[in-house]
Amino acid sequence: MVQGRVSALAPSRPPPAVLSRTMADLLQKVAECRDIEAFRKLFQVYGPRVKSYMMRQGADATTAEDLAQETLLTVWRKAALYSDEKGSATTWIFTIARNLRIDRLRREMVWQPLPDNREEEASDEPGPEDEVASRELRDRVRGALGQLPPDQSEVVSLSYIEGLSHSEIAERLGLPLGTVKSRMRLAYQKIRDAVEDQI
Amino acid sequence: MSITHHLDASTLMSCAAGSQPEALAAVVASHLSVCAHCRAELRKHERIGEALFEGLQPTAVIKDAPVVAMRAEEAVSDVEDVAREPSSSSIPAPLRGVLGSDLGAVRWRRLAPGIWHYPLPLSPGAEGDLRLLKIAPNMTMPEHGHGGSELTLVLSGSYKDTFGTFRTGDVADLGDDLDHQPVADAHEGCVCLIATDRKARFKGFLARMVQPLTGL
Repeated sequence: MVQGRVSALAPSRPPPAVLSRTMADLLQKVAECRDIEAFRKLFQVYGPRVKSYMMRQGADATTAEDLAQETLLTVWRKAALYSDEKGSATTWIFTIARNLRIDRLRREMVWQPLPDNREEEASDEPGPEDEVASRELRDRVRGALGQLPPDQSEVVSLSYIEGLSHSEIAERLGLPLGTVKSRMRLAYQKIRDAVEDQI
Repeated sequence: MSITHHLDASTLMSCAAGSQPEALAAVVASHLSVCAHCRAELRKHERIGEALFEGLQPTAVIKDAPVVAMRAEEAVSDVEDVAREPSSSSIPAPLRGVLGSDLGAVRWRRLAPGIWHYPLPLSPGAEGDLRLLKIAPNMTMPEHGHGGSELTLVLSGSYKDTFGTFRTGDVADLGDDLDHQPVADAHEGCVCLIATDRKARFKGFLARMVQPLTGL
């Protein structure tokens, strides 16, 4: 079981990151022209991933399917708020799915707005034209995730993929809260170092 | 506002993951609204979420794209007004929906001599506790540990403890086994927003805090 979770971090197959420029373009088309064909393509790529995400967060298949629909419907409605200067299409869609999950599965208030609603200073991310650099960035994050020691990748996965709080992770693994937090901190430092090394 | 005490990486990770208990998430959002440093850090944590999300094995969807619902929505302009009020208020933007923008208008309840509080509502199923605490100038709170996750954001004034001086905008993101004995600023006192992830913990904390003063 633990093995299953850890393998979620391994870069198992070429992910759609290479398509991310295309994804951002599709999203832009949806925003500017209300292009339904562009939306269908986004739906094909992200619908199944959002469904998996919701199931890992504890939703049954039917609920996960509904939440995937609703996530993509929100993408359609809010596409005009998306700007590729503020992060990738995937991050944006992930954020929508994440917030919907807080609202629907946990029935709690969502405190983190979509990135586009934040008061934002200039981003340190590569600009939209800097495709190579941003692909490189994603590869580095993925590579660093794949190299985390199992105890660190486990807490990262429990947090992002299974949606457990620090205390819930501590209970699940029978660890002191402080140990959970320090494993997360160590994992983050490694990933950040791998990413910042590039700049 | 010059902020010197920031959120821990583990707290930001939980925030980016959307895994934070509601009460803690409220304090995190409030600190992020005033702290560019932590906002930049949060972006990096969100990149981790993106990579993990991309790495998920897709599950086939049964239904097609919701085109009918999409067409029905076409007339609706759903672009929210993202304009913000100028932030002269000492209440962070995310809290203004529940608190308004005037800290002076909060209807404080007296907890003990020199200590007032104002509990903030959480969603029905949410665990934890979220409240404002107002401490009179120079007031020393009894030494206490937390025994759980706790976040404290200073909204006005300041306090000092063994970890340093916490001024407006600073957040105390402490471990679960640390004892501290905060002293409110001699002139301004201190107003802060405190969240714990377990209600029982906060009650214990309040009881310990008030005990020496009220003889409870």
